[in-house]
Amino acid sequence: MIKEMRIVLRNADKIDPQNISDYIAAGGYKALEKARNMKPEDIISEVKKSNLRGRGGAGFNAGLKWSFVPQSETKYVVCNLDEGEPGTYKDRTIVEKDPHTLLEGMAICGHAIGSNKGFIYCRGEYPYIVEHLNHAIAQAKEEGVLGEFDIEVRMGGGAYVCGEETALIESIEGHRGEPRFKPPFPGVEGLWQKPTVVNNVETLANLPEIITRGAEWYSSIGSSTYPGTKVLTLSGDIVNKICIEVPTDTTIREVIYEFGGGIRGGKKLKAVQIGGTSGAFIPASMIDIPIDFDSMRNAGFTLGTGAVFVMDETRDIVDVVTRIAKFFEHESCGKCNPCREGTFRCYEIMKKINQGRASSDDLEKLQLLGRVMSKACLCGLGQAAPGPILTTLQHFRHEYERKLFLS
Amino acid sequence: MANIKDIIARFSEKPGGLIEAYHALQKKYNYIPAEAIKEAAKIFGVSEAQAYGVATFYSYLSVKPRGKYIIRICESAPCHIAGADEVIKAFESELGIKTGETTPDGKFTFELTECVGQCQGSVVVTINGRPYLDVTPEKVPAILAEYS
Ligand SMILES: Cc1cc2nc3c(=O)[nH]c(=O)nc-3n(C[C@H](O)[C@H](O)[C@H](O)COP(=O)(O)O)c2cc1C
Ligand code: SF4
Ligand code: FES
Repeated sequence: MIKEMRIVLRNADKIDPQNISDYIAAGGYKALEKARNMKPEDIISEVKKSNLRGRGGAGFNAGLKWSFVPQSETKYVVCNLDEGEPGTYKDRTIVEKDPHTLLEGMAICGHAIGSNKGFIYCRGEYPYIVEHLNHAIAQAKEEGVLGEFDIEVRMGGGAYVCGEETALIESIEGHRGEPRFKPPFPGVEGLWQKPTVVNNVETLANLPEIITRGAEWYSSIGSSTYPGTKVLTLSGDIVNKICIEVPTDTTIREVIYEFGGGIRGGKKLKAVQIGGTSGAFIPASMIDIPIDFDSMRNAGFTLGTGAVFVMDETRDIVDVVTRIAKFFEHESCGKCNPCREGTFRCYEIMKKINQGRASSDDLEKLQLLGRVMSKACLCGLGQAAPGPILTTLQHFRHEYERKLFLS
Repeated sequence: MANIKDIIARFSEKPGGLIEAYHALQKKYNYIPAEAIKEAAKIFGVSEAQAYGVATFYSYLSVKPRGKYIIRICESAPCHIAGADEVIKAFESELGIKTGETTPDGKFTFELTECVGQCQGSVVVTINGRPYLDVTPEKVPAILAEYS
């Protein structure tokens, strides 16, 4: 039986997350102390060398991102806890079980880039996490472990697009959460026009152990180009719907059958969608791929947030994709035309297919529309929205054809 | 009105505090009254159109009166295949309203939502933010009874 490897979740279920002394007794806040005795540029180069890559979906080297931050009196560290991606509950789990790992990671980042103000943008669906975090921050302040570094929690309002870093910044500023044009990137001009590092919860929560054990240790775990572990959340027709943390060279098959316990009711696997609701649908014949970012991308898939949504042999792919198309039609912020109109038309055509009223002409239109959107949309939402449609047209075309109107 | 002003004023010094103020208003009134938007525009120094634009952008905020308890059911793909449609029907028939509506006594509003991050327990329902997991049509009456 292969085992999990826990870095981010090392304290999960071992300590009382409500009690900072438990965290300190487990060695907590030692990494921050160590970091404070290091030169900021040395922390950045250590993180860069560890090859820790963003766990929020884009997979950008965290240390490299920090190294772009220019000199400025005011800078911000923003933790992205928007976690709106359907099938994803890892960031909630991390924070629920060990909030101080996140706070410590943010303070390390703060020291590295020279910022003394952090924000955690927590999605509105997690009001209990906001309370939980405020409690942890109050304890950390009382203990004085964060030093000069201040952390404030802001609550989102139930808009998926606010997970996009520039939309998130707009939202913290009190505006509608519409993405900005990039460049300038937030690292140069972010919150209130100041340099701002936006990182995912899981990315930040990796930092204490990287500082404690060093870049070499971290970069030797899992796959060579996307090292470390990945926290995955299993959902759908799988026996164990759980949150796990595994080295990044673990394969999809191992995730589903070893950790997930296989398909419910002894059924067969039809497809697995990884990375959230914009992720590719992977057919059962292609699951011997490691989950790391690059292996997935080279196969035409996505790692995304690490959501693993499993569908058994009885599931209707076209129906599920129609539901997903409704999601994007609903969540498009409307700022740019290809997405506002495109997600609407995608949903319209998917409904038509799902109801048996479409012709093969519609499939062609859908494919063209999807390709245009992935190039022409302003932000990742619109660019990724056609993913499920395009990958199912590729791997599950027969399911579409079965539903076409034949006359 | 004094009350509305007080609530908003608590956030006036906070950069970007408008959304925080809206959350606080909604906690108290279950929605954001029109006069609160006018007031917020004044206090935060934005146009009324902008203040309204913010209030209507976020699905958590409502500019229409709603019930005391907001029931939201997740219909994202994992909950969808787990049988969300059947649970939706059960709520509609127990409450006697359709999605998006409020019961005549002003007690419950029933809304559809996307993933609320509890997908280990599909189908998921939240009532005023509190999650209920593995909900089936059979469990609906007992859940509602908790609020009677
Ligand atoms: C539509 C959309 C939604 C996103 N949602 C999230 C999210 O919920 N959490 C997150 O960490 N990143 C999300 N991202 C990615 C962020 O824009 C950003 O890349 C990330 O927070 C950077 O952190 P990382 O480098 O640590 O991954 C989203 C991107 C897009 C386009
Ligand atoms: S791609 Fe969609 S979500 Fe992104 S800016 Fe354009 S309309 Fe908004
Ligand atoms: S899909 Fe329903 S809670 Fe995540």
